[in-house]
Amino acid sequence: MIEAENLCKVFQDKKRGTVRAVDGVSFVCKPGQIYGLLGANGAGKTTTLRMLATILEPTNGTARVAGFDVMTDAQKVRANIGFLSTSTALYGRLSAYEMVQYFGRLHGLEDDVIDQRINALFGRLEMNEFRDRRCDKLSTGMKQKTSIARTLIHNPQVMIFDEPTLGLDVMAARTIVQFIRECRDQSKTVIFSTHVMSEVEKLCDHIGIIHGGKLLAEGTLADLRQRSGLHDLEDIFVQVVEPHIAKETVA
Amino acid sequence: MSKSNIFTVYRKELTDSLRDRRTLISMVVVPIVIFPLISIGMFTFIAKVVGKAMEEVPKVMIVSAGDSPRAVEDLKAIKGIDFIPGEPDYAQQISDKKIRAAVDVPAGFDAAVDHDTKMTLKIYNYEGDLKSSIASDKIEKYLKDLQTQTVQKRLQARNLPPALADPFDVKKENVAPPEKVSGAMIGGFLPYFVIILCLTGAMYPAIDLTAGEKERGTIETILTSPVPRTQIVLGKFLMVLTAALVTAMLAITSMGVSFHVAKALMAGKTEANNLLNFSIGLKAIGAVFFMVLPLAVLFSAGLLAIALMAKSYKEAQSYIAPLMIVVVLPAVAGLMPGVEFNARMALVPILSTSLVCKEIVAGTYHWNYIAIIFASTCVYASAALFVAVSLFKREDVLFRT
Repeated sequence: MIEAENLCKVFQDKKRGTVRAVDGVSFVCKPGQIYGLLGANGAGKTTTLRMLATILEPTNGTARVAGFDVMTDAQKVRANIGFLSTSTALYGRLSAYEMVQYFGRLHGLEDDVIDQRINALFGRLEMNEFRDRRCDKLSTGMKQKTSIARTLIHNPQVMIFDEPTLGLDVMAARTIVQFIRECRDQSKTVIFSTHVMSEVEKLCDHIGIIHGGKLLAEGTLADLRQRSGLHDLEDIFVQVVEPHIAKETVA
Repeated sequence: MSKSNIFTVYRKELTDSLRDRRTLISMVVVPIVIFPLISIGMFTFIAKVVGKAMEEVPKVMIVSAGDSPRAVEDLKAIKGIDFIPGEPDYAQQISDKKIRAAVDVPAGFDAAVDHDTKMTLKIYNYEGDLKSSIASDKIEKYLKDLQTQTVQKRLQARNLPPALADPFDVKKENVAPPEKVSGAMIGGFLPYFVIILCLTGAMYPAIDLTAGEKERGTIETILTSPVPRTQIVLGKFLMVLTAALVTAMLAITSMGVSFHVAKALMAGKTEANNLLNFSIGLKAIGAVFFMVLPLAVLFSAGLLAIALMAKSYKEAQSYIAPLMIVVVLPAVAGLMPGVEFNARMALVPILSTSLVCKEIVAGTYHWNYIAIIFASTCVYASAALFVAVSLFKREDVLFRT
């Protein structure tokens, strides 16, 4: 379960001054559901997800993730989430096995438990062929699988994906999409951000449209269609976001 | 604070760093290779140059008016010198290294000696040139002996006691222990290299584990783990410290071994043995290492903090390059002759360690200074570590764009 309550993040930027990257975002994401955070570049998706993962601390508001508060129980939050983004790279000089093993250890698992889980995960993700190969020698798809195994080693209840398919080829992206579905099927709580409409249409039970740090619209795909009177998600997105872009331009 | 988390991070960073060629070179290869290169190379070179100069039969010109055949004959009796007849441009020939020296026997020299009148024999040489000095020293020594013999002969002829012109002897005796003698020469040299190598050994891992991680995008990955940031940075710090200490230890060991090897190789060659006539005891080595410990902590934490501020490997290198000068200067100051201790200096980090190690190698232990320096360096090191840990908790540092 993820419950975000009025999440705010304010940065001080030398050039732009005070920047409200996330401005009062609230939503709920339930177990067995995929919540899609849809937004353009710079909309505040990454900052929101980083706050949920306790990598960044909210300036205001809070969130409960897997039953723990991000402000007061950050460590427990991190122990119960799997976080995957394009900027969570692998240690190039470690092998795929060592990489996943390291994160198992950081999660406080015993080595024999880690070994069992790695064997199961590597079998399921078809990773045995390259398990001892150094991460910097892996193809993009192999790296992505290793990252997935890394996020799953401690069997977290909540999965957070920040644009996980960005820059991936079709096959690698499919692996990720398939994996996100599996997480839902295992009753995990899943949130993921993207600006690819088709992924949201295919995957999400619940959609939040974010722009300028604010959550502008929220609901199931059917809800959004009904409210906007439009069918295509891209059209709905534009309808929601456009008035705000116009306001910003005037300002 | 969980020790096992820190150890997990440390173990991973160690494995990771040992697979990094740059870290391996700075941590292992440089300290092992540099001392044999410096010591054996330098001493072999010196021994060779000196040996060659000693072997050469120098050409020396005798400039004479022709009326003092006895003096000329006496000079020609010197063994190992090839005397040639005088030419007016002798000074130029010495400068051009065609001849090594010249002796000017003034007109009427023999007669003056016979009549107890004093005249001056001039030796011309090229100061600073080894071969010229060897030739002129040989002639000077011979002439001094001749002078003494002449005095003795004159005293004998007048039935006077030999001690009349030589009332007492003067003898200089060294009371400093052998390490004190060597300490004066190489005392500054040892800590200087240990300190510099300690810094260079820590440099690459410090950059790699911070700015390097930012550049490669792994910093966010590690931050998603449940391990608190303080423990992550302490694990990293331990790795950098390990690199600094391993480098220092290898440097000290390598230096000890290579000096011994150089000594063995040079055995029998007196001129080289004079250079190598010293010993550094295990106690001194242990003490130097002990004094370098807090400095290694200071370097590791300081480098970690500086490299953390950078976004990329390159940026970190550009921050750290000027730091090298900041460290090298006080370390070099320790090398300067005549730089001596006072209480205020004991509070200047790096310089104080360099100076106290120089004294330790020379066999002197100023316990009060050792205590002040160790304690003050520990304070600086703790402050640097505190800064590094604080920076690692700051979002604007970790996610600088």
